[in-house]
Amino acid sequence: MNPETAPYVERPPQAAPSPTRPLYWSIRRELWENRSIYLAPLIVTGVVLFGSFMSTLMAAATGPSGKPISKPIGMAPAPIMFTTFIVGFFYAVEALYSERRERTILFFKSLPVSDVTTVFAKAAIPMFVLPAIALILSAATQLILLPVAVLGSLSRGATGSQLGAVLPEPVIMLYGMTIHTLWFAPIFCWLLFVSAWAKRAPILWAILPALAIAGLERMTFNTWYFMNMLQYRMSGAIREGFATKPGTNSPRFTELTPLNFLSAPGLWVGLMFAAACLVASVRLRRSREPI
Amino acid sequence: MALIEARGLRKVYGSTVALDGIDLHVEEGRILGLIGPNGAGKSTALNVILGLTPYDGQIKVLGRDPWLERDELMNEIAFVADVAVLPRWIRVHQLLDYMAGVHPRFDRAKAEASLEKTNIQRRSKVRELSKGMVTQLHLALVMAIDAKLLVLDEPTLGLDLLFRKQFYDTLLNDYFDRGRTIVVTTHQVEEIQDVLTDIAFIDRGRVVLTSSMEEVEKRYLQVMVHPDQVATARALGPIQERQVFGRSILLFDRGDRNQLAALGEVRTPSVADVFIAVMSNPQAQGASR
Repeated sequence: MNPETAPYVERPPQAAPSPTRPLYWSIRRELWENRSIYLAPLIVTGVVLFGSFMSTLMAAATGPSGKPISKPIGMAPAPIMFTTFIVGFFYAVEALYSERRERTILFFKSLPVSDVTTVFAKAAIPMFVLPAIALILSAATQLILLPVAVLGSLSRGATGSQLGAVLPEPVIMLYGMTIHTLWFAPIFCWLLFVSAWAKRAPILWAILPALAIAGLERMTFNTWYFMNMLQYRMSGAIREGFATKPGTNSPRFTELTPLNFLSAPGLWVGLMFAAACLVASVRLRRSREPI
Repeated sequence: MALIEARGLRKVYGSTVALDGIDLHVEEGRILGLIGPNGAGKSTALNVILGLTPYDGQIKVLGRDPWLERDELMNEIAFVADVAVLPRWIRVHQLLDYMAGVHPRFDRAKAEASLEKTNIQRRSKVRELSKGMVTQLHLALVMAIDAKLLVLDEPTLGLDLLFRKQFYDTLLNDYFDRGRTIVVTTHQVEEIQDVLTDIAFIDRGRVVLTSSMEEVEKRYLQVMVHPDQVATARALGPIQERQVFGRSILLFDRGDRNQLAALGEVRTPSVADVFIAVMSNPQAQGASR
């Protein structure tokens, strides 16, 4: 070895450990593996942008005069948020299953990353990363549409005071996203749990037991309590968090009911169920082996 | 301090006993080969050492309980299962980023230097690499970890001869030193016998022989017996006898070299020969325990 370069090549055994960020890199790792986490919302955002742009132009050309064009901006976030929910659903049900099926769990477990960190990183995707992506893309979409909608409204003869209806409502959007994330937490954590537990077909294990319980209840007691409970889980965030009647226009600031939402037992029961699922997932991740 | 100290390890899967009371003692600076037929419990033993599976009995690895302290332990252990465990979707540069991001003892520059010697491109995904290249990649990653213990579970399974040879050569020349310890499982004994300092034969969940290589070489003798001396040789109690080209080859445990030399040509048997003899002879197993 060249003596001049030797000091740079050799280093003492057991050099001081370099600082690490396991949670951060575990989340990055998920994004590398599952590019649909950002690609699918991006594609939908592109479609929504195009559609909203066209409908704004249509409204500007043929819509009733003297009215602001508020609908495209108000409606734009819904499909983006729905997409991130669907992506999160399919992500979570595979999250702790595919690493066992592909045997890569042997590699990831050979690194100093705890099962808690791994499960939290995977839980953060549907409950933190995807909602954040949805918010950013929705806000960006609304910002891009805003000048078009304002110009369109003015061209239809809307007055300056009417333009307030065109403006996006970021606070309501943030609120809506937050309460839905909290409300859906048990769904995602249940999916994570099934993905950690199932030896095959996790998606069937995630869904069929619920349908079986509902069917059994119907046959035995002729009631639908369990089905109603599931339905409440899907739609309850809006029912508890907004005072708006379903089917009416986008909610106003005065129609937010955060206190009602926070005092709904369904929220806290759901969060406790979510926490139990996470604890069980961590335990399963520790003992499960490749399939 | 012993690096691995195990007493009475047991592991049962349903009705299958994978480990049936294993004792293991591995000192620092050794290269131990866990050798056994398929299904003997080698991988299960490694999984216990690595904290990947719960068990009955006692084990301390680097002074820690691997089941309870896996993530801390993995700061100082590196593990290569077979080549199939690197994620196929990951790109080489992402893998380097990730390792550097989660492993405090990963030396990225060292891994990059190893990769320079191969044809592996940073942009490639693991699924685009050949099996041999994936092994090179995994080895480059593992050797860049400043680990005290390296565990290899059939690391060269399914590779062609060239890569298998290269794998062990690289490991010995560029990685191993007295401060490191390697535990390797294989069922291809002949391939690693020159590398090992110690062996442990495992069969049906039990350790049937543990020994250093020097001890094996001293202890076992193989004699190609002159045809007229066969009866005399058999009377000395060989643990195995086989016929090759019409000649009898007898394997002795703790035989007297001078005495045996009078009967024929004495050689030191290969580990594979000893393995087959010990595995096929329950008495030889009893004697060695």
